[in-house]
Amino acid sequence: MNGNRIHALILRHLYLYKRSLPRLMEIFYWPLLDLVVWGFITVYLGQFESGLPHIAAFFIGALILWDILFRAQQGITISFLEEIWSRNLMNLFASPLKPGEFLAATIIISFCKVVAVLIVSVFVAWAFYSFNLFVLGVSLIPFILNLIIMGWSIGILTTAIIMRYGQEAEVMAWGMVFIFQPVSCVFYPVSVLPGFLQTVAHVIPAAHVFEGMRAVITNDGFPLPELMWASGLNALYLLASILWFHHIYDVVKAKGILVRVGE
Amino acid sequence: MSPQSPNTKSLVEVRELTKTFNGLTAVDHISFDIYEGEILGLLGPNGAGKTTTIHMLLDIVSPSSGNVLFGGKNLRHHREEILRQINFASSHIAMPFSLTVEENLEIFGRLYEVPHRKTRIEQVLEELEMTSLRSKLARTLSSGQMTRLSLAKAFLTQPRLLLLDEPTASLDPDIADKTRTLVREYQRRFACTILYTSHNMKEMEHMSDRIIFLNRGKIVATGTAQEITAKFGQRDLEDVFLTVARNG
Repeated sequence: MNGNRIHALILRHLYLYKRSLPRLMEIFYWPLLDLVVWGFITVYLGQFESGLPHIAAFFIGALILWDILFRAQQGITISFLEEIWSRNLMNLFASPLKPGEFLAATIIISFCKVVAVLIVSVFVAWAFYSFNLFVLGVSLIPFILNLIIMGWSIGILTTAIIMRYGQEAEVMAWGMVFIFQPVSCVFYPVSVLPGFLQTVAHVIPAAHVFEGMRAVITNDGFPLPELMWASGLNALYLLASILWFHHIYDVVKAKGILVRVGE
Repeated sequence: MSPQSPNTKSLVEVRELTKTFNGLTAVDHISFDIYEGEILGLLGPNGAGKTTTIHMLLDIVSPSSGNVLFGGKNLRHHREEILRQINFASSHIAMPFSLTVEENLEIFGRLYEVPHRKTRIEQVLEELEMTSLRSKLARTLSSGQMTRLSLAKAFLTQPRLLLLDEPTASLDPDIADKTRTLVREYQRRFACTILYTSHNMKEMEHMSDRIIFLNRGKIVATGTAQEITAKFGQRDLEDVFLTVARNG
């Protein structure tokens, strides 16, 4: 790993973002819009005797956390798409840059974007709905980190698919993460899923995170088993996705399609 | 220069290089050397294997078999060390268009870890008469200016081997001539080794010390433009090209 080259790629994206309104909107506009719509729904539902405790924490908190996962994935995949759109892949991969350094840079870029989205979301939730995510306590931090890592794994997986199949697979940059949403149990407990989907949910790190978050909200104590499951699965998936990316990189080099990805 | 001179040292040794895509052989067991300080022209019709060869030299396409040695070291095992000493410019490859000229050079200067980067960027901007363009976004550059930016990226790292893939394609004759002059001047100043491709036969004759003629993935002739012309019994390189392209 060479820090200078990783720094170069991060700088390349900072240059891009500083003068691109659409890219800034990606950080600010969509999270804001999501929160406004879901916030009003939460306010509306809160007027009823639904029997659901902590309804704002459940929905707005879940929404913010889901957005973290989504933006972490996007941070990786969109960084790669930027290189396709600007037909810059050959410039990068014909340089001394290693695939691992490329991934490291996109992971750092993704983390920065997630932090920006988190700040915006937390502020909007507090300003509009008087909801303070941090009342859930510091115990939320390891769960948030796990969501980010799951987002990275999905992002790396998606990037490899786009690298292999080209721009035809670009739509996956926006759709892939939602395949995992039903079994991540963002807005409902795992127990409401049919039996076989519950089994699937148990191998999804995000499902453990959201179960853990609900346990924190309802003061059921610190959900250490859920955290351990999420962390273990994430370690496995992140490693697998990085190995997968390197394998696909070798495949596209062998097939000669790396330079044609953007065409 | 005389490539056959016993004092001539190979910078690049290509040995039995082969690339097959889905059963189709794009490059077929080619072997050649690129000597230090020469401009080697790679010539051939579309589909002859020129670009695939360049991509293998840049390690963005892996060979099916064969080796590329750079300074005696195998590209497969010394990729990072070797790619720091190679750069390329191509009329087919863009530069990040949302970045300014200077930002682009800054990024690639860092990627290649160019020593005294800021000073070197200033030098390159001056050498290519791009100082006034430094703050322009790449997307606003004309074709000629974009070619110069691509060359600036390549010159910036002062590579030992410079790969130029049709650098004058889509340029008007005036800009193309200026581009050739820039390349020639750069080569003279830094004794850089250059591998050059073009579909412009006059340009190949003018630029190349030596030419390798590829057809259907194989080397069909090697030598100076005059030697190749004589070998095929033609008037000039253009006639050789037409003969090979039409008759194989």
